Amino acid sequence: MAKEYENRELILPTKNMALAMGPSHPAMHGIVRVNAKLDGEIVVEGSVDIGYLHRGFEKSVENHTWNQGIIYTDRLNYVSAMMNNVGYCLAVEKLLDIELPPRGTFLRVIMSELSRVADHLTCVAAQVMETGAMTAFLYAMKAREYVWEIVEMACGARVTTNWTRVGGLMADVPGDFVDAVRERIPLVRDVIDELDKLVTKNRIFGDRYRDVGVMTKDEAIAWGFTGPCIRASGIPFDVRRDTPYLNYDAFDFEIPVGTNGDVFDRYLVRMFEMEQSILIVEQALAKLPDGPVSVDNKMVTLPEKADVYGSIEGLINQFKLIMDGHGIQVPPGEIYQAVEAANGELGFYIISTGGDTPYKCRCRPPSFALTAALEKMITGQMIADVIPIFGSVNMIGGELDR
Amino acid sequence: MEKRVRELKVDYGPAENIYWVEVLKGLWITNRHFMVNMWRHILHALRIKAEKGAVTFQYPEEHRPIHHRWRGRHRLTVKQNGAMRCTACMMCETICPDECIHIVPGESPDPNVEKFPEEFYVDALRCCFCGLCAEACPLDAIRLDVIEPEICGFTRDIIFNKEFLMGLNNDRPWEEWYIENKTDSKEK
Ligand code: SF4
Ligand code: SF4
Repeated sequence: MAKEYENRELILPTKNMALAMGPSHPAMHGIVRVNAKLDGEIVVEGSVDIGYLHRGFEKSVENHTWNQGIIYTDRLNYVSAMMNNVGYCLAVEKLLDIELPPRGTFLRVIMSELSRVADHLTCVAAQVMETGAMTAFLYAMKAREYVWEIVEMACGARVTTNWTRVGGLMADVPGDFVDAVRERIPLVRDVIDELDKLVTKNRIFGDRYRDVGVMTKDEAIAWGFTGPCIRASGIPFDVRRDTPYLNYDAFDFEIPVGTNGDVFDRYLVRMFEMEQSILIVEQALAKLPDGPVSVDNKMVTLPEKADVYGSIEGLINQFKLIMDGHGIQVPPGEIYQAVEAANGELGFYIISTGGDTPYKCRCRPPSFALTAALEKMITGQMIADVIPIFGSVNMIGGELDR
Repeated sequence: MEKRVRELKVDYGPAENIYWVEVLKGLWITNRHFMVNMWRHILHALRIKAEKGAVTFQYPEEHRPIHHRWRGRHRLTVKQNGAMRCTACMMCETICPDECIHIVPGESPDPNVEKFPEEFYVDALRCCFCGLCAEACPLDAIRLDVIEPEICGFTRDIIFNKEFLMGLNNDRPWEEWYIENKTDSKEK
């Protein structure tokens, strides 16, 4: 495109036009602005303005106790909040050097993978909707609803989950949880199949998505891509495989890679990952052990309610874990823990100087690197292609601006 | 376990390149949905089948079933004699990350109880419904189990006071909500 544009002959003198898309533009998910300089329909120079949704995540976490920080992680990637909860808690647990009992670990895996399905469904659906497939979008929202019903069942909220605690979970899942997940998995699968049939082989989408927003392997590495986007560029990098956390070692799944690194490959990778996530959920459900979900450590986990109501020791334990300045005492140290969130590597770098609050909590949001590269991806493309490119990186405002 | 890497590639054959074929296939899917749903609606309208045709709910009139673990509006529980269970231990105020609970402790009129909250406010405009207060309460005195989807309603006056949280002077009939919307699913 750019080549043709450079080599054409000018008959009439033209002037570039500046076009600002956003901050509140229907195609800019969340709040972000794309400043494009246009020559006709071609973007000759693009830049992205971010920061409209800055809430001071890191400072807020530093001003609260370890467990209170979890509610702020809900608001990072709000479509798959449980994965953020898990990431933050894993980092703190690594500092504390504790390990979850198997049931807790399995439940974290199950809910992480279900969140990934919800996130990819949202991303794919929004992407195809913006290029005209409203029906596919509505079908996908139906499937996301099934997933969010499970999330609601596990934690009592759909978006702001606040599900994990340092050293465990909020509570064990209800007794009908496993059946409910098993019941909904085929429904979600049907919708994914339908989405696949509606979009993948349809030439209208193929022509829109192919060779648009291409990132080669080297570029993807240079720009710090992670997650589905780097896999679409052909690099099989997956935190779940390369630095395993929880018990992802024990599951059998495939890692999809694309060939071209364009929007179409990102779409394919996401579709395939949803299947793989459902496979992981099925394996985990089959192996789900019984037992406690939180560590049995009185310095970390709140005591059983029966103990609190019925015994003075339990009551004091409860008070000690909640009172200001007492709480969970995390030893001094620093840690980096990454999880494979829906958009890529979501890392938490935490410094503790001892005591009940973090000294520093830095979050590495996957969207940030992807959004930075948008500038490169949209330059030289048509203005209409900005929308699918933007949809394919799945920028989430909450996570990008923190 | 070894994770295999799979290269994804979708090539369009002649059938896909004549894009009509795929468009017709897509139309087949959407039309099938339409027909199936219409059939379900008809059966429902004729009262042959109890389930409704659509997966959506006509929201203000109809509510979707809500799981009993739902974290809804706060409620202060009461003892059998109608007195408050809360002893103003301040645990909920301490753990609340949004600092939206405000308690003024005082001496209880009941000689058997030492302390009780004279004032108990929850500022629902700040509250993020995280549920930490219910978790922290050592007496099961505060719960988040009132299912009320429209907390704000048409008024912004949603700083709940003690009486409201105990369900005494509510102008909003939340108890009806509570009974109607709890699902039957029980913790096994
Ligand atoms: S639900 Fe959370 S934010 Fe709301 S009052 Fe309780 S602790 Fe505070
Ligand atoms: S509601 Fe519970 S935690 Fe809060 S002050 Fe009363 S007894 Fe303490």
